[in-house]
Amino acid sequence: MIFEKLRDLIVEHTDADPESVRPSTQFIDLGIDSLDTVEMIMQLEEELGVELEFDEKVTTVGELVNLIEKRLRELKK
Amino acid sequence: MSSFRILSTGSYAPNNIVTNSQLSEMLDTTDQWIQQRVGICQRHISVSETTSDMAAKAAENALQNSGVRPEDLDMIICATITAEYRSPNLACMVQKKLGASCPAMDVNCACSSFIYALDTAAGFFARGTVRHILVIGAERLSSIVDWKDRSTAVIFGDGAGAVLLGTGDNYLASVLNAAGNDEIIKIPDQPENSFISMKGQETFQFAVKSICADLQTVIRKAGLQPEDIDYIIPHQANSRIIEFAQKRLNIPAEKFCMNIKNYGNTSSASIPMLLDELNRSGKLEQGDKIALCAFGGGLSSGACIITW
Repeated sequence: MIFEKLRDLIVEHTDADPESVRPSTQFIDLGIDSLDTVEMIMQLEEELGVELEFDEKVTTVGELVNLIEKRLRELKK
Repeated sequence: MSSFRILSTGSYAPNNIVTNSQLSEMLDTTDQWIQQRVGICQRHISVSETTSDMAAKAAENALQNSGVRPEDLDMIICATITAEYRSPNLACMVQKKLGASCPAMDVNCACSSFIYALDTAAGFFARGTVRHILVIGAERLSSIVDWKDRSTAVIFGDGAGAVLLGTGDNYLASVLNAAGNDEIIKIPDQPENSFISMKGQETFQFAVKSICADLQTVIRKAGLQPEDIDYIIPHQANSRIIEFAQKRLNIPAEKFCMNIKNYGNTSSASIPMLLDELNRSGKLEQGDKIALCAFGGGLSSGACIITW
């Protein structure tokens, strides 16, 4: 679910082909920098109605999905 | 309640310009990276001018055509984090250079200082104890930048901006915020380290959220709608921050004023420098509603609405 949401945001940000966005895809290869990542996290926060603050560095789509899912599990507890 | 109106504006930036290409000769960075990440092409860097030299020049520039003389000033308030001395404060040094004799004090809320200083001035006007206050934002940020740190060295610049305030009813609403935090943005004051450090992503997030929340609050407090605002003058920290806040607020991009390209981030000086630039370009018309907003170390933020 998070992967699909993030993929939609990436497509919106970059006009990338949705098929080309996979968990292993590097943000840098999509032309996405660290500030774009923060923008997408903030957009997800709004959509999901939760605060997603973390300062780990992420380089791939899958890493960010894992971090968000971990954060969501923590918030549920 | 009576407040103030802006009688005149002034600004000053050192002659010495440092371009991105010059920085990329001394740091592992490129013109393209700097422009993409922060929207800066060049910054003015003081060679030998002190913060009070720049502040006094901006002040003289503001006083020049106002008909108000230094001896007519009832107060000088300086917004700064880079005064040349711990004491005397910057405002006293400006007072000395202008030949004024009024009370003089500094406000330190990092990049939000200019908004805090305007709100402080508004309090004196509300009490009816003053007729003219000079509010100056002035910074020599090149003195607190580690020129070997490519993540901060490319961002900051030096300069000063000033506004002369007189009695009036043109300060419509304001909001000030602080949330004590020494993790995200910090300038230590130790012999071995007095350099600014910033966590980029957290700063970006805080900044965007502050701009959006503070502008919405201050527009509501003034009894206005977003479409009533003619210009928004945000602190010039990073063009990406301003662009993303603009998108989230859904306010037309042309209302958001920017000059970061030419000056970099000048902290407390950025808003009065940009206000002066707009004023001198003849863009501002009487009755225009102008929203100012700033955010930065503290963490602190604030916004206000002024009728031109």
